[in-house]
Amino acid sequence: MTETDMADKTGKIELTEEELIHRASQVDETSLEDLDTEPMYVNVGPTHPATHGAFRVFCKLDGERIERAAVEIGYLHRGFEKIVEIKHYTQVIPYTDRLNYCSGLSNNVGYCKAVERMLGVAITPRTEIIRVIICEIQRIMDHMICVGANLVDIGALTNFWYFFNAREKMNNLLEALTGARLTYSYVRIGGLAWDLPEGYEERIKATMKEIPKAIKDVTGLVKRNRIFIDRTKDIGVIGPEEAVNYGFTGPCLRASGVQHDLRKKRPYYHYDEFGFDVPVGENGDTYDRIMVRVEEMWQSLRIVEQALKMLPGGPINIDDKNIMLPPKDDVHNSMEALINHFKLVIEGIKPPPGEIYDASETPNGELGFYIISDGGSHPYRIKCRPPCFYTMNTLKRLIEGHMVADIVAVLGGLNVIAGELDR
Amino acid sequence: MSKNEREQLRPIVDDIKGRLPGAILNEEDSFGDLVLVADRKQSHDVMKQLRAQGFDLLADIAGVDLLKVEHTERFLVVYNLYSIPRDLRVRVKVYVPEDDMNVPSVTDIWQSANWAEREAYDMFGFHFEGHPNLVRILTHRQFEGHALRKDYPVMKGQWASGVSDLMPDMERE
Repeated sequence: MTETDMADKTGKIELTEEELIHRASQVDETSLEDLDTEPMYVNVGPTHPATHGAFRVFCKLDGERIERAAVEIGYLHRGFEKIVEIKHYTQVIPYTDRLNYCSGLSNNVGYCKAVERMLGVAITPRTEIIRVIICEIQRIMDHMICVGANLVDIGALTNFWYFFNAREKMNNLLEALTGARLTYSYVRIGGLAWDLPEGYEERIKATMKEIPKAIKDVTGLVKRNRIFIDRTKDIGVIGPEEAVNYGFTGPCLRASGVQHDLRKKRPYYHYDEFGFDVPVGENGDTYDRIMVRVEEMWQSLRIVEQALKMLPGGPINIDDKNIMLPPKDDVHNSMEALINHFKLVIEGIKPPPGEIYDASETPNGELGFYIISDGGSHPYRIKCRPPCFYTMNTLKRLIEGHMVADIVAVLGGLNVIAGELDR
Repeated sequence: MSKNEREQLRPIVDDIKGRLPGAILNEEDSFGDLVLVADRKQSHDVMKQLRAQGFDLLADIAGVDLLKVEHTERFLVVYNLYSIPRDLRVRVKVYVPEDDMNVPSVTDIWQSANWAEREAYDMFGFHFEGHPNLVRILTHRQFEGHALRKDYPVMKGQWASGVSDLMPDMERE
């Protein structure tokens, strides 16, 4: 049967199913490789909605496959490390909020912990536990944004709302405590801005009860979802040795199978007394990075629950006139307190000369502050070690050889926050 | 630094001193952290030895401009190292004079040094010898001077016009 025989009056060729299969099997696939195609150059970003901030990935494409890529960052560079050199140590706290703006309190705590170690002061037991609670709440919130946004990027919108409903409740919770919803600036060097409001423990408990439903809803939707697995399994794979070599920390490193968590390795704020597990992945792909984060939310819930039971009474601020402002009542009524207040506001805290590197486990990984003091009111140099600067360094290596659509899947899994990346 | 950590670090430092005489100029204790001051010419060998001793995570590279404090050499490159299997931290400092900004790159030892060194170059102007793609990273490519040097005014901004050509970057790194 020839093609002209098959063509009906409209000129359309109709083939039987067997004919079609036969024809398809006749195509010489090797000949397609000889096709001469021009490489195509495509910019992803800097204003692409899925770049979670602003950065640019420049790709050389072979069809839909990324042959080479170059990553450009710095679009959100605000000179954090420069501006803090003319600020007092206390004035740096609001700037740290704007590093990883999804978990401002963790940055506050990380910075204050470093300065306190420099000053050689031990904060009160109550403050330690409150800091653990707010850090873990922030970890859940950060992971919710990361996982939720990552799922949106690969086409699963519903999960985002499930997570953001729960996150909204936590936002309200932290708003009641700090007065802010994003840039909290609640932690102070040597303590906290103020104590928990009345009945706040109950409020935390009530809010935390609503989180498991959101996590269960999302895991129920994605965990065995074929589309989700196809989009994330074996995408952006990085092995344990390579991940360490690239400077991975936090959930991304654990997804590659390295059991490393600063809360366990170098416990601060009694983290060694809490019962919690460190989840690790197997393959180090995007799927593992998401699932490690989901599991960490469960562990954070456990920590918050235990911390609420451990929460002791007592003062929140240390009793040191060179660090903490005196109570307002005393400032109005006594000359010494007034002078103390003025001296602290005008001159600020003065750590002894020297340098320190102090790291804490933030939702994204190891947030380090390298601080040099010359003994004066202003820090001589603060170098912030943002965890996602090093994971982003790997993006080029992770996406080369994959499809264009995998860029956003990998990017979301690495949880790159531009505020922290560019400082 | 706990006593235990100090005891564990002692043989590592002694071993390096034995293998590379004169490479470690000084040892400092800063708020309990061990700080090694390495000779600039031999710093790459020191880093290689530390990597062999289990320091697998290069946490950070920080540049420092010592212009406003007492100093013999103006600049300082600080490497923060961490060993995941042994849970040890160590800091290596390398002094760099203003008239010769060459520092050996450690990108062949740790991949994480790639962007970290680019940042240090961008902010202070160090020239990392052997770096595959030493271009600016946080500031734009037309930027003049180095922003974190102490003689760069804090409030001075510079306009960027146009986009940077990433074509050469794509083939390097």
